[in-house]
Amino acid sequence: MNKEVDLKGKKVKLSQHVKIGEKNKMNQTYTDVSDMFAAKGAPSFLTGSEIIRDAVKVASVDISVAYPITPQSEAAALIGELFAEGYLLDYFRGESEFAVMGQCAGAAFGGARVFTTTAGPGTLRAMENFPMWAGSRLPIQVVVTCRGVNSPLSIQPDTLEMAYLLETGMLVWHAETAQDLYDFILAGFMVSEQPDVHLPLANCCDGFFVTHTKDTVNKAPEDLCLPPYDPYKSPVPCMDMECPPVRMMRDPFIMKSNYISYATHASWQQEVKAAVERSRKHTIAILGGLIETENVDREILIVSSGTAVSQGREAIRLLEAEGIKVGLVKIKTIRPFPYEEILEATANAKHIFVPEFNMAGWMAREIKALIPNNERVYEGPRVAGGMTMPSEVIAEEIKKHLGL
Amino acid sequence: MSQYKVQPGPEAFLPPSAASMGIVLPDPGEAHIEGRIVPEEEAYEEAARKLLGAKVPTIFPGPLVLWKWNDKAAQKATAIRKLANSIPCRLIPMADYRPKYPKIDPEVEINPNHPNLTIWHNKIDVCIFVGVHCHQANLALKIIRGGTDCYTMAMCAQAGHEDACLSFRDASVEKIERLTAAVLKLKSEGVESQADEFTQIKLNRQGRIA
Repeated sequence: MNKEVDLKGKKVKLSQHVKIGEKNKMNQTYTDVSDMFAAKGAPSFLTGSEIIRDAVKVASVDISVAYPITPQSEAAALIGELFAEGYLLDYFRGESEFAVMGQCAGAAFGGARVFTTTAGPGTLRAMENFPMWAGSRLPIQVVVTCRGVNSPLSIQPDTLEMAYLLETGMLVWHAETAQDLYDFILAGFMVSEQPDVHLPLANCCDGFFVTHTKDTVNKAPEDLCLPPYDPYKSPVPCMDMECPPVRMMRDPFIMKSNYISYATHASWQQEVKAAVERSRKHTIAILGGLIETENVDREILIVSSGTAVSQGREAIRLLEAEGIKVGLVKIKTIRPFPYEEILEATANAKHIFVPEFNMAGWMAREIKALIPNNERVYEGPRVAGGMTMPSEVIAEEIKKHLGL
Repeated sequence: MSQYKVQPGPEAFLPPSAASMGIVLPDPGEAHIEGRIVPEEEAYEEAARKLLGAKVPTIFPGPLVLWKWNDKAAQKATAIRKLANSIPCRLIPMADYRPKYPKIDPEVEINPNHPNLTIWHNKIDVCIFVGVHCHQANLALKIIRGGTDCYTMAMCAQAGHEDACLSFRDASVEKIERLTAAVLKLKSEGVESQADEFTQIKLNRQGRIA
């Protein structure tokens, strides 16, 4: 249902806050996100958790709520250090993951830019809050450092929890690398706070591989920062407890047995989904597209997201050495799902492989549901529970399936 | 698949949101007519024709222009009154978004949760939203398209509304005045208002006073 969006020569508004060019109390200059990306300096060598901290440091975040339990990424604790240094207005520990997400909602209702992190079982424990955030049009950003959700537990990557997030009404992005994660955090606030979008964002990455390992990342100068959140551009009145959607949570309005109440609720859900669709235009303007492609004119393609893309890229190099040419589609946004882009990128492919770090194979299902002649899609290889997915395994599975 | 058109209904028991049907909001300097992106100037003329051609043209001013949050809101309200007088058309406020129990008085108010009641009761065939929070406007516009044959327009201060049949974006006092000017220009060219005679009902904070 996507529509071609031609942004060339058009004046899509990115940051339009009146405070651009002014300084905050930390002597950082409010700067358009595209100018921040353009001003990136020399590479730093940092863990993903440190990258989350450094992105938050320049993201003009007002409030962060944390519930770091073992095993966890260091990100929430590192953001606490930012609070101690004065970069955040407030930072505190919640009583549980569920409480954290409720407290994030309270802060966002009050007009704050809110950031938090979660992972694995914590994501599921907090789950009830995510569709509430979306229904209330709260542009909270949560970094989800994906790991196993089912017993026995794992701190290694397993993207099953993303499957649970797909229909919450949130934007769901999937970072492949620490650089992606840094860029997505900054871009994410700008996209999700657009008045026509104004939705929460689950910025997902594969735990451990991205959060605990070091990578080179180009960062914006720390004397720059994103323009602050402007709650006056919210599509719903700020802190309004008397009207839907907040009233829906405390009032029998939606429980009244009449058509109007149900129709209102249904229309409300449709509007949230519509807002997800509207994010495409802004995301394309800031991130350059919802997918990235390499050699999609080839008959064999690897299509995936997150670190499965990194492994796929290496598998392509191995296959190339044997004379087998394979193209690549990297999906950056899972919600909105890049329908048109994937249809176009896979138009000529005869074999489409979807490597995934989860047992459900939700990405393969999404793609199979979308493209014509979906027998072209090979669901796998898959690993889960923290297993690695060696690039040799992907290469071998491709060869085996194709009888090469 | 041909492009979806955002046209007056009644469209369906639960019509899709226009965004889910591929309709994209206009960029600055543009508007949309039934989902087709057009230069803003074209939309002024089309909106003026719709307002003048309607039997019951109605402006739905929302809280952002009904209450004097700041001087700009007051200036917008004055501009909207001039627009209403130029057509002429009635003003029915959307004073807030609270669901009304047991039911609203559809003669004098509209509510985003059941806007079709006001459209049906007053037989409104063309309306324009202004000063309504975006999410609430989208909700109302879609419900109206679902159950009524009213042609909807939006003078939005933010990014516009796909669920309206015609939408402006970045609405300002100047843009409201340009729409008034478009109405007056058409009238000067001989286009006459087709509006039925009506009495503007007057309200204060307690409700109807006249």
